[in-house]
Amino acid sequence: MNFITEHLLFLILFTPALAAVIMLFLPNGENRLFRWFAFGVSFIPLALSLVVWFDFRAAQPGFQFQESYTWYEAIGSSLHLGVDGLSLSMVLLTTLLTPLALLASFGINEKVKAYMMLFLFLETGMLGVFMALDLLIFFVFWEVGLVPMYFLINQWGSANRNYASLKFMIYTMGGSLGLLLAVQLLGVLFGTFDLVTLYERWNALGASDTLLGMSAGTVKTIAFWAFVIAFAVKVPLWPFHTWLPDAHTEAPTAGSMILAGVLLKLGAYGFLRLILPLYPVEAKYFAGALAFLATAAIVFGAFASYAQTDFKRLVAYSSVNHMGFVVLGIAAAAFAAGTTDATLALNGAILQMFNHGLSAAGMFFLVGVIYERTHTRNLEEFGGLFPLVPVYGGILIFTSMASLGLPGLNGFISEFLVVRGSYPILTAYTAISMLGLLFTGAYILKGIKKVLHGPMNEHWAHGEHKLTEISTREILVMAPLMVLILWIGIYPAWILDVINKAVVMLF
Amino acid sequence: MTTTTLIWLIPLPPVLAFFLIVLFTNRSKWLSHTIAVGAALLSWLGSMIVFVRALGVEHLGEEPFESSINWLPTGDTWFRVGVLVDPLTAAVLFFVAWTVLMIFLYSVGYHNFGQPEGDHDHKGLSPHGATVDEHGHKHVVPSVEPMYSRFFAFIGLFAFGMYTLVVSDNLLTLFVGWEIMGLCSYLLIGFWYAKPSARDAAIKAFMTTRVGDVFMLLGIAYLYYATGTLSFRQIFTEQVLHTLATVPSGFLGFSAAGLIGLLLFIGTIGKSAQFPLHVWLPDAMEGPTPVSAMIHAATMVSAGVYAVIRMFPLISLDEKTMAIVAFIGAFTAIFAATIAVAQNDIKRVLAYSTISQLGFMIAALGMHAYIAAVFHLITHAFFKALLFLGSGSVIHGMEHGVLHTGNHHVDPQDMFNMGGLRKKMPITFWTFLIGGFALSGFPLVTAGFWSKDEIFADAFANGYIVIFITLALAAFLTAFYTMRQITLTFLGEPRTDEAEHAQETPWTMTTPLVILAVFAIGYGWVGIPEDFMGLHLQPNWFHEFVGGTLAEHPETIAFNWIPLLTSLVVALGGLYLGWLTYRNVNSAAEDRLQIPLLKNKYYFDEAYDFLFVKPATWFAEIFVYQWMDKGLIDGILHIFGPATQGLGSVIRNYFDVPVINRFFGDGSADVTYGVGARLRAIQTGRIQQYLMFALVIFIVIGAALYFFLRA
Repeated sequence: MNFITEHLLFLILFTPALAAVIMLFLPNGENRLFRWFAFGVSFIPLALSLVVWFDFRAAQPGFQFQESYTWYEAIGSSLHLGVDGLSLSMVLLTTLLTPLALLASFGINEKVKAYMMLFLFLETGMLGVFMALDLLIFFVFWEVGLVPMYFLINQWGSANRNYASLKFMIYTMGGSLGLLLAVQLLGVLFGTFDLVTLYERWNALGASDTLLGMSAGTVKTIAFWAFVIAFAVKVPLWPFHTWLPDAHTEAPTAGSMILAGVLLKLGAYGFLRLILPLYPVEAKYFAGALAFLATAAIVFGAFASYAQTDFKRLVAYSSVNHMGFVVLGIAAAAFAAGTTDATLALNGAILQMFNHGLSAAGMFFLVGVIYERTHTRNLEEFGGLFPLVPVYGGILIFTSMASLGLPGLNGFISEFLVVRGSYPILTAYTAISMLGLLFTGAYILKGIKKVLHGPMNEHWAHGEHKLTEISTREILVMAPLMVLILWIGIYPAWILDVINKAVVMLF
Repeated sequence: MTTTTLIWLIPLPPVLAFFLIVLFTNRSKWLSHTIAVGAALLSWLGSMIVFVRALGVEHLGEEPFESSINWLPTGDTWFRVGVLVDPLTAAVLFFVAWTVLMIFLYSVGYHNFGQPEGDHDHKGLSPHGATVDEHGHKHVVPSVEPMYSRFFAFIGLFAFGMYTLVVSDNLLTLFVGWEIMGLCSYLLIGFWYAKPSARDAAIKAFMTTRVGDVFMLLGIAYLYYATGTLSFRQIFTEQVLHTLATVPSGFLGFSAAGLIGLLLFIGTIGKSAQFPLHVWLPDAMEGPTPVSAMIHAATMVSAGVYAVIRMFPLISLDEKTMAIVAFIGAFTAIFAATIAVAQNDIKRVLAYSTISQLGFMIAALGMHAYIAAVFHLITHAFFKALLFLGSGSVIHGMEHGVLHTGNHHVDPQDMFNMGGLRKKMPITFWTFLIGGFALSGFPLVTAGFWSKDEIFADAFANGYIVIFITLALAAFLTAFYTMRQITLTFLGEPRTDEAEHAQETPWTMTTPLVILAVFAIGYGWVGIPEDFMGLHLQPNWFHEFVGGTLAEHPETIAFNWIPLLTSLVVALGGLYLGWLTYRNVNSAAEDRLQIPLLKNKYYFDEAYDFLFVKPATWFAEIFVYQWMDKGLIDGILHIFGPATQGLGSVIRNYFDVPVINRFFGDGSADVTYGVGARLRAIQTGRIQQYLMFALVIFIVIGAALYFFLRA
């Protein structure tokens, strides 16, 4: 037991990868075994992260559950793990969504073993980013997560998967090039990649110091934009967002769930963990530009979503819209760090990350449920399905409303906090983003209208095309998401308190 | 149980009913409606107890029932939410509890509980009737609603939203209730979702009100920022209000209070269907009639007015905002009334009348006539709920006639297909008459008279002459179209076979009508001015009680004959003229007020479609998606692919191939080959020759070594 309690984060991080390696040695062709094995194993990180959640002392400053292992001594990098309120909520989101995504994947029948292995590797990759307290480790996991996702899209995706997976891979890697250089720069300058040390020493450099023959201010500005672009591609921020609708749409259902649920959060997490603490001056200086891009994402994301005829693309674009609020909150906080408004904006932004993880994963799953049965995502071919699948319809409306930000459900709390926090700081941008909020309603209602409402759809009502109701397994995927959506909507304090304390201490 | 605990509990039964029905009992119609009506009864009971206890508190305005809990952590402090019952809440709770309970009960009958399943009924369409075999001959009877349980779940959630809104002690939970009702109105207007018109009406309602809501959200954010709180009691302190009134907002010269008030008021414009966001409400008539009563009388539209009343101490700080409020209200009152005159659908007349009456309340608020607005809000809720439920009863009766004749082309909602229903449906007739007279402001007996009269008195006494005249005209039109409606529907002789075979509705529908009719008359008596017509009556209870909500008790207005006479003339004149004009009109063609401009609601739908809906769709589909995302951004990205490929081929063709391959690669191979070819000449295979070479090389190397080493 001691071993477990002392190495909690290490175990959470590497159990999925270890399980994936074990799976390699399982006999081939046992699809049921692969599914249940991967699904079962994914509960270990979930259980352990719940242990961490309940043992976590929200009021205590700094990182907790820290562990450090020698990794690459020569260049001063070590496997340093730790969590605070910010990363812990993301870890919990990841360990929660992975079992659900695996359960959602029970319908996969091709190359099940490889699929499940990739998924488990993916979980390790994502968790590593959230837990890393070493810049190089952060980068390594950042890139590691790409590979399984590339193959998941490329091998199990739908028609246009080659284009989408390549775009996803190249775009994200291209975006990360600058990040890699900037990370190296920091490492070379200070002889260590340890984040806790870097926070202090990097910020101790004044703008008048010289680095590499240039003023520290210039170097920092360049490094700042290198970081921003890498994370902006991932979030994704307008105009770096066009990989997202392709990747999300072509990915298999569970892949989309994780992409929207967790992978996008990596970008936002990068903003919070690295950019705000490492570049407070630059972030403040460029907050207006960030807010502009965020507002563009909110507004254009909503409009683009409304323009779609493909159900999954509609949901995909909604992510651009929702993640815009995260960045808007971050921009506001960057501009007025330390104020109550900034705290509220960040509380909202981080909660929005968690909330979007729940609702977007749910929405993608629901799109998958109907796609699996009809083999089409074209909204024009749906309509009038409500009488055929009432339970599915109810769940879809519920989840859609969470995505719409209906008060009483989770999305409202976070969007309200972002709007409240940003309003005094970035009044014009906040006001313009309301246009996006309005059109969030438009595309959500369009989705419901085009899928459920209208005269009963005869095509899917009879014979070989008969649409079947959502199954128990599928309801089980949705149930935890729906409970959390409602719970956070009614009483958000249980998670917001952890986030709030972290925000107060961090920024 | 303490009163505050009880207040916390009031909104809960309906929401529990919602979850119970959705998750467990939806297959049993009986169980579902029992749970829902039972829940409404519990909330009603709680409200009544709270109301009675509130009456017993002497200075309820200063010492309301309140209780709050920590809800959102905000840095070092908490955002608290809670419940509050002050005189205003108590008065509103009273009418909400009554109307909601009546609507729940009415819905049982309206959705034909106890009738057989329909022959061809589908989920998503209203029931079409069932054939039954009775005494050897077949006839068609109304069939039960296929989504009966779902309806009760939805109205349960709806009631929860309204109760939450009413008992909230802060603007944020008020907004939560506000939006939950928005969702429910969407779900219920689109209840028969298979009908494209209902589906579109639902979206229109949600989107139009959402326009207001996003402004309101900004207002809430601004208010929260400016004061650090959203709790009513903390905002309405002298100090906070003073600050808000004096700090400029930096927007068109509004004070902070003015801009916040304006933003919040835009929310109300959407929710209470005021001009220019009124367009959704008439379409909302697509929903089942109890829903229309719920939305347009008891809850949702009242909520919009309630929000302005609630925020009155703040909004009234800036005269510019108040002028806008007064203008919108008065304009809406007359504008909607003119449209109502030309409508033939029994429910649409009521819909426009609702918009118009809400305009009265808003105008009253804009004139600082706080109590008159609250009073009219409450009386209107009673008599408009009565009228909507009454019209539902009429439609129900007409549908019975349609089923009897089997002629489904007859629109059971068109008033020109009715006539003479007073004999067929006496209870409905008498109660509808009471409701209609209350709406018209029939003197002395009806509640509508007393509340409308107070608005006139306030307008006149405070010198708002333009508004006074506008509202008087609107009131005249109100009486006119109401009498037109009553005449066309109930008086004269049946104009169709269907009307001939109309039938009175069951007790579950008529009982609510009777109870609401009692309030439509009696509720007016609680607010009779003390010096009415120069008499010395009881003190005006309503004025004393509700006035206690405000920090400064509003002054009573001295009696004046001019507003009273105006009120009498417009009400009686309108009623008489309405009867006179329509008593002999038999078809729409004979109706001289069927002016296209009015009939088509001044073409607002068409104009909005042209100005907003179409451009927005174009902007989304063509500009943002096709041009920007697909064309520009992806276009640039797609340059990277060919560009990289181009760069690759340049490197290949101009460097790799000539330099590396030809020069170094092939070059070195050529050299080697050439050398080899030349050397081949000496590879003859003859031993003597090899030895000869060896000897020569040995001598040459030996000589060289000897030469160099020696030196």
